[in-house]
Amino acid sequence: MAAWEIACRQLKVPGYLVPAPSAIWADVTQKYGLIAGHTVATMRTVLLGFAASIIISLPLAVVIVSTPLLANTIYPLLVLTQSIPKVALAPVLVVLLGTNEMPRVVITFLVAFFPLVLAIATGLNGVPAELIELGRVCRAGRWQELVRIRLPYAIPFIFSGLKAAITLSVVGAVVAEFVNADRGLGYLIVTSTAFFQVATAWAALIVLSIIGIVLFQVVVIVERVFFPWALSSSS
Amino acid sequence: MIAFEAAWKVFEARSGELTTAVADISLDIAKNEFVCLVGPSGCGKSTLLRLAAGLLLPDRGSVSIGGERVREPRSDTGIVFQSPTLLPWATILDNVLFPAKMMGVASPEIQERAKALLKLVGLEGLERRFPRELSGGMQQRAGICRALIHNPAVLLMDEPFGALDALTREELTIELLRIWTTQPKTILFVTHSIPEAVMLADRVVVMSAHPGRVAEVLRVDLPRPRSFQMESADEFHRCTQRVRQLIFGDRTLQAA
Ligand SMILES: Nc1ncnc2c1ncn2[C@@H]1O[C@H](COP(=O)(O)OP(=O)(O)OP(=O)(O)O)[C@@H](O)[C@H]1O
Ligand SMILES: [Mg+2]
Repeated sequence: MAAWEIACRQLKVPGYLVPAPSAIWADVTQKYGLIAGHTVATMRTVLLGFAASIIISLPLAVVIVSTPLLANTIYPLLVLTQSIPKVALAPVLVVLLGTNEMPRVVITFLVAFFPLVLAIATGLNGVPAELIELGRVCRAGRWQELVRIRLPYAIPFIFSGLKAAITLSVVGAVVAEFVNADRGLGYLIVTSTAFFQVATAWAALIVLSIIGIVLFQVVVIVERVFFPWALSSSS
Repeated sequence: MIAFEAAWKVFEARSGELTTAVADISLDIAKNEFVCLVGPSGCGKSTLLRLAAGLLLPDRGSVSIGGERVREPRSDTGIVFQSPTLLPWATILDNVLFPAKMMGVASPEIQERAKALLKLVGLEGLERRFPRELSGGMQQRAGICRALIHNPAVLLMDEPFGALDALTREELTIELLRIWTTQPKTILFVTHSIPEAVMLADRVVVMSAHPGRVAEVLRVDLPRPRSFQMESADEFHRCTQRVRQLIFGDRTLQAA
């Protein structure tokens, strides 16, 4: 921080290229309400997209693991959704879904869910043969095997997927806001740079990275509190 | 109680290569009999146990328990795997209770039984620990408790004492014999240790490898209850010598 401040002053970097921290801070205190409002909007999109990723990825992964035949048709479709550039997809989605929050949540979901599906499927499939045998000896049905053995076993994998997904959710939300939004930090960055309010754009950028770090840490803490065994068994 | 009738099991490796794990196994184990299975590594001992457990089906011949063909795992069978195979996310107590929960017979009495079993194998006070917080031998002992939790009529044990030190091993040998006397069951017990097999068994089944066949079934005429003093008995020596001879041929006898 200090180095940044000093570098900006010594080298006389023009404020419209890289503003000094003091300038950004002044901007944040001045436009506090504005930035907070946009932050809330972005958070909403991130969390809705993240929630959608979880709700859809889990059953999808279960289907992929339990019916190999279906998996062969689902995987190419999933890869297809990943190879379409989301920036290009966003305007199409707006036409399809209207100019509300929906297309942004969908974009966020599309960016975030893929690694989560892969991680869950890997975990569900990776259960050692002995544990499956144990389930069979205890006369577990397919459902019991899933709930009592495969899912718990997959927990460490699911959390590494969640960590990737939450980070990507922030990226996805901002991409969506670039294309179509009247609120949100992505929107703020686009509009403020258009009006040469570079300090505001930088402020939004910093808030975004803080959101990313905080949400990531929340996932880490949830894992540590609720699944302490998962940490040491995977390391 | 357990009957193998000309049972064969052939495995196909991923390369397509066929391995005959066990060939033409015929063996009758009486109700409440204690039978030990010894043989060189890879001779099909675990495979035989899995057939009895209903985890594998024979390619030819049949396996039945109590006159019924074994087609899937039965609720009156308990199994101790070669590795502890505990659920890493469940406490030791929950691991021991797992079969009871899955079969829907969990009750306060079963809880008490689990605690009593854990005490019996020297794991008292560790009920709330997670498997990774226990040594390999302790985990294996928890696995033994799990197999006993629903008091099965048939107990299949795959080298249950393999990961234990000699002292604990002797202790648990006596403990197992005591459980078997107070709660009679049919036990099929795989081991690498010839003295252990002779100490425990009514009959020792010696297997040969490639393919896995029954080489000889040996009756152990030592009185019960057994104790480690019997290791000096003539019958004990006769049995261990005979088993060695079957496994290693005449080599060990010449060296001795
Ligand atoms: N699932 C399997 N797929 C392919 N081959 C197998 C499988 N299980 C066992 N085998 C083969 O069958 C043979 C017998 O294996 P098994 O595990 O029954 O031996 P074992 O007597 O228990 O050996 P050990 O004393 O080392 O445990 C071996 O040659 C093994 O390679
Ligand atoms: Mg084995």
